[in-house]
Amino acid sequence: MRDTRSSRILFQIGAILFALIITTLVLFLAGAQPFAAYKYIVLGAVGSWDVVTNVLVSWVPLLLATSGLLVTFTVGLWNIGIEGQITLGAIFTTWAMRLLQNSGWNPSLILVIAMLAGILGGLLWALLAGALKTFGGVNEIFGGLGLNFVATALNIWLIFGPWKRPGVASMSGTLPFDRSLWMPIAVGSSRLTPATLVIAIVGIIAVYAMIEGTYFGLKLKAVGRNPKSAYIMGIPTWQHMMASFAICGVFAGLAGAVQVTAVYHRLIPSISSGYGYLGLMVAMLVGYKASLAAPVALFFAALNVGSIQLPIILKLDSSLAGVLQGTLVLFVILGHGVRAKLLKKTKVSS
Amino acid sequence: MRVELRGITKCFGSLRANDNISLSVPPSTIEGVLGENGAGKSTLMKILSGFYSPDSGDILLDGKKVKIDAPADAIRQGIGMLHQDPQDFPPLKVIDDFILGKKGGLLPNRKNAARDFRELSSRFDFSIDPETYVDSLTVGERQQLEILRLLWLGARILILDEPTTGISLPQKEKLFATLKKLASEGMTILFVSHKLEDVEALCSRATVLRQGKLIGSMEPPFDTRVLVEMMFGKEVPQEPKTQLQVGTTVLSVKHIDLDGIRIQIKGVNLQVRAGEVIGLAGMEGSGQTLFLSACAGLSQPVGGSFCLDEEEKEMTGRTYHEFRKKGVAYLPAARLEQALIPGLSLTEHFILSEGMRGFFIDRKKSEELAKSRISLFNIKGKPESTVESLSGGNQQRALLALMRDPLKLILVEHPTRGLDIESTIYIWGKLKERCARGTAIVFISSDLDEILKYSDRVLVFFAGKVTPPLDANTLSVERLGRLIGGKDWDTLGTEAAHA
Repeated sequence: MRDTRSSRILFQIGAILFALIITTLVLFLAGAQPFAAYKYIVLGAVGSWDVVTNVLVSWVPLLLATSGLLVTFTVGLWNIGIEGQITLGAIFTTWAMRLLQNSGWNPSLILVIAMLAGILGGLLWALLAGALKTFGGVNEIFGGLGLNFVATALNIWLIFGPWKRPGVASMSGTLPFDRSLWMPIAVGSSRLTPATLVIAIVGIIAVYAMIEGTYFGLKLKAVGRNPKSAYIMGIPTWQHMMASFAICGVFAGLAGAVQVTAVYHRLIPSISSGYGYLGLMVAMLVGYKASLAAPVALFFAALNVGSIQLPIILKLDSSLAGVLQGTLVLFVILGHGVRAKLLKKTKVSS
Repeated sequence: MRVELRGITKCFGSLRANDNISLSVPPSTIEGVLGENGAGKSTLMKILSGFYSPDSGDILLDGKKVKIDAPADAIRQGIGMLHQDPQDFPPLKVIDDFILGKKGGLLPNRKNAARDFRELSSRFDFSIDPETYVDSLTVGERQQLEILRLLWLGARILILDEPTTGISLPQKEKLFATLKKLASEGMTILFVSHKLEDVEALCSRATVLRQGKLIGSMEPPFDTRVLVEMMFGKEVPQEPKTQLQVGTTVLSVKHIDLDGIRIQIKGVNLQVRAGEVIGLAGMEGSGQTLFLSACAGLSQPVGGSFCLDEEEKEMTGRTYHEFRKKGVAYLPAARLEQALIPGLSLTEHFILSEGMRGFFIDRKKSEELAKSRISLFNIKGKPESTVESLSGGNQQRALLALMRDPLKLILVEHPTRGLDIESTIYIWGKLKERCARGTAIVFISSDLDEILKYSDRVLVFFAGKVTPPLDANTLSVERLGRLIGGKDWDTLGTEAAHA
C-alpha cells in the first residue's frame, strides 16, 4: 500500500462504516429499529430551528474545550484534567455572580467579570496540573484525573453546603440567577446566546492561527514532537508546556463560564456535562488539526442533541450518541494504526 | 559443547553487519571476540542468542544444525547470554528473578529453587542473599545473579557482552575465576570485549572482527601489536596538517569530576583554543559523551569548573541554554532522536533555529531562507521535506546548516557516523571552514582515522580515565589503539603535549 491521499480517505470512510455497523449491532441487541433510531437522531438535530439552535448551544462549550485541548495536544500533553478545569471555571463564575448579583451594577459588566472569573478558575486549575507535572514529576493524566475528582467534590460541597438553596439543598443545583443576569438570548430562539457563539468561533480561529502561523505555535509543535531535540535547538521546553496548560485552562474556564451564564444559569453538580472528555474525543478524531475541529465538534453536538428525544420516542437511552461517538473515534484511530503498519510493511518489502 | 557458525550474514538496510562469518569454538574454550564499535560483535552474539535471525548461514551445536528464533530457543539449546546491561528485574526479590524463565508448573517451587541457588552460589563463592531485592545489588552482583540463573537454566554456552564495564576490580577477578572454573568444567565461553588486557588475561583464543568481517584469530601468547592492527586496520599515512593558528582560549576545563550512571571521571583539565580541533577517542561508553555533554551544560559536573573566554565567564552549573547563548553548539549523534524534530519540515527547522522576531511567521521569507541554506549546504531535499525523509548524510548537513553563525565552540558526537565518503569529506570541509574563522571544535569519534586526520589534539578515554591532550601529529593508529584498549597508560605522564 502507498501513502496516498486516497488511501487515507478510504480508511476514514471505512472507519465511519465500521462505527455505524457496531452501533447498528448494539441497536439490534437492544431490540430497537436501527433505521428509526438514526432517523430520529437526524430529525432531533436538524428537524426544526429550535433543535438547530440547541445544537449550537451544545457546540459552544464543546468547541471551547476542543480548542484548548488542541493546544495541549500540540505540545504533546494529555490534559485529561480539562473536566476539572471546566468545573473550576463554572465555580469561579458562580462565585463572582453571587458576589455581584445584588450590587446593582450593570448586568453586562457583571457578566463580563463573571466570564473573567471563570477564565481565572480554569487557568489556576490547569496551572496546578502543569506544576504537578513540571515540578512534581506527576504525569499530567494522573494529576489531571486526581484534580478532576477534587473539582467535583468541591462543586458538590458548594452546592450542598455554603451555596445551597434556601431551605433544602438539591441535586438540581444552586438557586438560579435573576433573568437579568442571563447571557442575552437571540431573538426568535429560546436558548441561543450570540455572544458565546462569537467567543467560541473567535477562539477556534485564534487557536488555528496560533498553531499554524506563529513562532509560538511552531515551538509548541517542536516540543510536542521531540522535546529533547527542541531543547537542543534552544527552545525552553517546560515553559512551553506550562504555557499550553495555561491556554487550555483559559478555554476550559470559558466553557465553564458559558455553562453557568448561558446554559444552566446556576451551578449544578454535573456542570461540565462531560464536554471535556467529549473534547478529547473530537481532538483525537480530527488528528489534532485545528482546521477540522469546528465541523466535527458540531457533528458531535448534533449527535448529542439529536439523541435527546430517543428515550421518549423509542424508549432507548440517549447514551446511544456516546456509543456512536466512541466507536467512531476508536475505529478512526484503529484505522491510523493499521494503515501505519501496512505502510511500514510496504516500505520494508520494497 | 562445540559451537560452530557457518557463513553467517546479517544486513540492516545497506549495512552488512555480519559478512559471511564462520567460526568454530571447541568446548572448554574461552574465546575472546574483539573489535571496535560497529565491527559486528554484538550482532553476531545476538544471532547466536536468538535476538536476531541471520539472513543466511547456519548455527551448529556439537555438529548438529539448530534453528534459534528467540532467546527462549537459545536457552533451551543451552546458550545463555549475559548482556552488557543486566537483563534483570530490579523491583523483584533475587530469588524471584532467579526463578523467572524456568519452565514448568503453575506455582513456582521456591524452596527447591532457593536450595539450588545456595548450592550454585557456594560453588562459585558468591554471596548474594536470595531474599534481598535486585535493585539493592551492585552491577557485579547482578551479573553474578544472571550467571547463576543461566547456569540453573542449563546453559552450556555462555556469551558475555562487555562484562567488565562498570564492575569493581575484586568483582572482575572473581568473575574471571568463575569463568575459568566453568571452562575447566567443559563450558564454552564467548567473551566479547574491547579491553585487550582482559582478553589477554582470560582468553584461550581471540578472534577479531572488523567492519562485519572476521579478520583472524590468535592464540596465546597474544601480540598486542598484531591484535591492534587486526582491530583497527593498517596505518594510513597522514597528510601533513597545516600549521595550526592557535587563538585565545574559548573554553577552559579545570579539574572537572563527572558522575555518570556507570562511569566516573575525575580531574579532567583542558584548554580549548579558538580554531583548533580536539578529538575524543575511546570505545563507546568510556566517558566521552559524559564529558562532551558537560562541556555544553547538558550534564552537571560534581567538581571542578568550566570557564568560557579567557576565564571571563564562569559557567559551572549553568544550563545548556546559557552555554548556547554564549556561542556553544551541541550536535548529538542520535540525529532524529536528539537533534532534529521528525514531522517538521526543513523550513520549519530553519525558522526555529533562527532568531525569532515578531509574532507571526513570515512564510515567504522563511521559504527563501530554507532554499538558500539548502543550496548552500548541498542538502538533497526540498524546503517542505520532513527531516526523517532525508538520508543520514543529508540530515547531518541539515544539522550543520542549522548552526548559528558565529559560534565560539562546536561540540559534536560522531560527526560522520554512518555516512558515505562524500558526505564525510563535505561535513569536515564545512567544520574546518568554521575553524578557519576561529571556532573551536571538540568531537567524539570511534573511527581512529577520523580522529587522527582531523584533530589537532586528542584525548583518549578508557573506563573513565582520560589522557592529557596528546599531539595528533605524533600519534599513530597503533598507539591510539593500545591506549583505547587500556594499554600504556602508566607511561603517559611524561609525554603530554602542551596542555
